[in-house]
Amino acid sequence: MRDTITLRVKRSESGGFDTFEVPVQKWTTVLECILYAKHYMDTSIAVRYSCRQATCGSCGMRINGRPALACFTKVSELDSDTITVEPMSNFPIIRDLAVRFDRLFENHHRIRPYLEPGDADDKREHLQSPAELDRYIQFANCIKCGLCNSACPTMATDTTFVGPQALAQAYRYVADSRDTGKDKRLSIIDDSHGIWRCHFAGSCSQVCPKGVDPAMGIQLLRGYMLGFRG
Amino acid sequence: MEPRDENREGLGGMANPGRYGIERVAYWLMRLSGLGLLAYFIGHIYETSSILRGEAGWDELLELTSTPELHIMLVIVIGMCVFHTVNGIRVMLGHGGVGVGRPTRPDYPYPPASQNARHKIAIYSAIVLAAIAMVYGSTVLFGV
Repeated sequence: MRDTITLRVKRSESGGFDTFEVPVQKWTTVLECILYAKHYMDTSIAVRYSCRQATCGSCGMRINGRPALACFTKVSELDSDTITVEPMSNFPIIRDLAVRFDRLFENHHRIRPYLEPGDADDKREHLQSPAELDRYIQFANCIKCGLCNSACPTMATDTTFVGPQALAQAYRYVADSRDTGKDKRLSIIDDSHGIWRCHFAGSCSQVCPKGVDPAMGIQLLRGYMLGFRG
Repeated sequence: MEPRDENREGLGGMANPGRYGIERVAYWLMRLSGLGLLAYFIGHIYETSSILRGEAGWDELLELTSTPELHIMLVIVIGMCVFHTVNGIRVMLGHGGVGVGRPTRPDYPYPPASQNARHKIAIYSAIVLAAIAMVYGSTVLFGV
């Protein structure tokens, strides 16, 4: 492995790429490369980040053409001396690598991402068996990084599609044995630009950094709506 | 700050079969073959409607479709038809939640269960069956 790599950063002002030679080690992440360039070469680079450990979902971007978290992608994994970073596709750009999440959060809120326990006066503890937990816990890992929406081919063309992130979260709550808001949620996503717009390309699941597998959640939910699954 | 643009990938991004493995290639081939079959269907209606011009009109168009160029096109149509059918069955089953795995507690590096070996085998089978059908169609049409 080389001691330095060439980092190409997409700039929104010029529309082109700025190139930086960045020193790297075996464990250097792409985010560390960007921050090195920002701290020592060009402080005007705009990048959003926070936790640096794939928990906050802030540093999603396209790395060598594929959506990924910059903090969760090591340079050594990429097997390339040149690393190109661009803002996530299908999100409005604020500046450089920072994008707006308004639509993702709007769609997330639309599917009512909270438990609806039914009787509000019922103060009992709602117990779940491990098997009931397993039905949805995978989908509760979502960190709302937006990589799935960036990779989705339907999101690339349909501006009103609700997106794999929100649909997977709809499944997360529908599959929860404590929830009683199933019918409301299903009526929201039962739309030509809702769940029926997913064509099962599976790209969302391939880029998910937390193993959520939105494609599985969407197909299971659709199977339930079509009556194939209980 | 106002957004500068939507930064949507558009048709170019949707149609790009690279970056995401064989599943995205299948997605792209499915759309391509669907559009191809639609074009063939329209052409086929036009072709068969030539019978309205009587036997002479029918023979005239039949002669036109018996050229090597049209035979090559028919071979491609056979391939598209077989791929679209086999992959369509896979996708329809997937849409019903069949064969997409079951939720679990994922472990790093989080291989997506919905993109499992059964789906990959089905996609490669669709491609291989389409190729076999095209070879068989070629032998029939060209009399090799």
